[in-house]
Amino acid sequence: MFKRISASRLGELFDRIASKQMLYIPADREDGAAEYRRYESGMSLSKALNTVRSAKDFFFPQTENLAEFRVEGKKIEVRDIREECEDFVIFGVRGCDVRSFSILDKVYLCEPVDSFYKNRRDHGTVVAMACTRPAETCFCTAFGIDPTMPGGDVTVFPDGEGYFFLANTEKGEAFISMIDDLLEDGDASALMEVQENTRRILKKLPFANLSTESFGGEKLNEYFNSDKWGELSESCIGCGTCTFVCPTCQCYDIRDFDTGNGIKRFRCWDSCMYSDFTKMAHGNPRLTQLERFRQRFMHKLVYFPANNNGEFGCVGCGRCLSKCPVSMNIVKVMKALEVK
Amino acid sequence: MNSNDTLIPLIGVVTDIRQDTPDVKTFRVVSTDGGKVFEHMPGQCAMLSIPGVGEAMFSITSSPTNTEYMEFSIKKCGCLTDWLHQMDVGQQITIRGPYGNAFPVETALKGKDLLFIAGGIGLAPLRSVINYVRDKRENYGSVQIVYGSRSKEDLVDYREIIDEWMTDDGISVNLTIDNPQDGWDGHVGFVPNYVTELNPDTNKTVLVCGPPVMIKFTLSALKELGFDETQVYTTMELRMKCGVGKCGRCNIGHKYVCKDGPVFRCDELGELPDEY
Repeated sequence: MFKRISASRLGELFDRIASKQMLYIPADREDGAAEYRRYESGMSLSKALNTVRSAKDFFFPQTENLAEFRVEGKKIEVRDIREECEDFVIFGVRGCDVRSFSILDKVYLCEPVDSFYKNRRDHGTVVAMACTRPAETCFCTAFGIDPTMPGGDVTVFPDGEGYFFLANTEKGEAFISMIDDLLEDGDASALMEVQENTRRILKKLPFANLSTESFGGEKLNEYFNSDKWGELSESCIGCGTCTFVCPTCQCYDIRDFDTGNGIKRFRCWDSCMYSDFTKMAHGNPRLTQLERFRQRFMHKLVYFPANNNGEFGCVGCGRCLSKCPVSMNIVKVMKALEVK
Repeated sequence: MNSNDTLIPLIGVVTDIRQDTPDVKTFRVVSTDGGKVFEHMPGQCAMLSIPGVGEAMFSITSSPTNTEYMEFSIKKCGCLTDWLHQMDVGQQITIRGPYGNAFPVETALKGKDLLFIAGGIGLAPLRSVINYVRDKRENYGSVQIVYGSRSKEDLVDYREIIDEWMTDDGISVNLTIDNPQDGWDGHVGFVPNYVTELNPDTNKTVLVCGPPVMIKFTLSALKELGFDETQVYTTMELRMKCGVGKCGRCNIGHKYVCKDGPVFRCDELGELPDEY
């Protein structure tokens, strides 16, 4: 039996969760766009389809302190500043971002395990939200994602007047037990109709027929050597916005910062779109924007699948489509490159 | 948090600094209680850093058969290497690794006649293999070393080459410099052309390292001589931050040089996109 809470009591539910763990929900900014915010009593859930920045920040933050050093004369002391992080809940994660976590897991949880990432992953509960109004920029279904069944530790299904909760994992069960007394037994038949309606919308989306079939690791050199890259990359200004809003982009830089009282080593997001990304003392293998642009799309559509049993490194969230200042994006690249 | 993380480095102490060429120094590194910081195999690399200055990947120049210390031959060519070149003995550095695969010294190279071809600082990773092979001489056939640099002064480890390698039985050394020079009566000319002149036996297994352009011309020279790509190994260098295939910048196609390399057999390298 599905458990449900009516929309009017959602604040009560958030208050309960926030009294036990740190809770983050998508909330509206002053400009109307949504972002994840630490929940405070009275804050309301954004009605936007998705947040401008993806949910990857929770597990792979834009900057994080890796270690600290004390330097005295010729001596160096390394300080391991890692701490077990507190339990937290991310509420309202869409199916695309839920899938992005499993892609990031393949990078950061394979040997040698990244303990910084794993620490957050172990302590985070992902409460996914089924989509009911997918946008024209959405193409998650091309990557086999069903946004009406987004997974996560808990799935939340909105029926228009309330929310149904379904636990999928042990963490999910623990989450439900925190809020169990606030939930009522609900009639899930209305949900079927909501899902049917969403599926009808999905079929009519502009990219509903986008095909991934010809991509993957098999034609690596054929795609790399394609004569389409010149034209495709011509408009790219190398701003890196696509990589920063992307839920699966995981490249990073390591930089030291002298605080005046010891040195902090940081890990920061980096972008393959930047000219110094691969620059070395003896030269740079990716000299022009063509090579950098090609790298990003080859990684998502060819290299990542080649290393991960065919799984693509894109989830079709559409953020790069809406944010690229020159309207270049992965859908255009896929359509141009596709080998029929 | 009691698990180790490879991104959190260990401390090494520099116990000896040797000026090899005008812009190459070889640094001897041990752990804070003496002895080696970690074990490695020939061809593997380590991340060295001076906190606040930078961190970069360097090949481990010494052979694993050296039980006392590790050595790194480093060319002065940037922010971190400038700093390393001005430091004194006793300086501590941070070190993490070992990273990457190794030359297949215990498998494919065993029992083979070996031809080492190096250019400039490219001798650094090969020196680890050469000294490994010298220390386990019975496991390998003949050894030929072709090494070239811009000038006589730029030959790294010149003393070791003259005093030790050249006096070993079963090892032949062919040196060359780019341009004629007073006090040099050896060969003059670029490495790839010298290899062609030497016309080595095509039964040999070849290990090549040097500047990218030298590697490319040497590989085509070897091909002309009749060597198969499966007989030739090289070691690659691309920009790296993590060393474990996660920071995303040292890939050639779907292979990460830090993790799947740096050593590649040339037929494997030939299957990858030409972007290195």
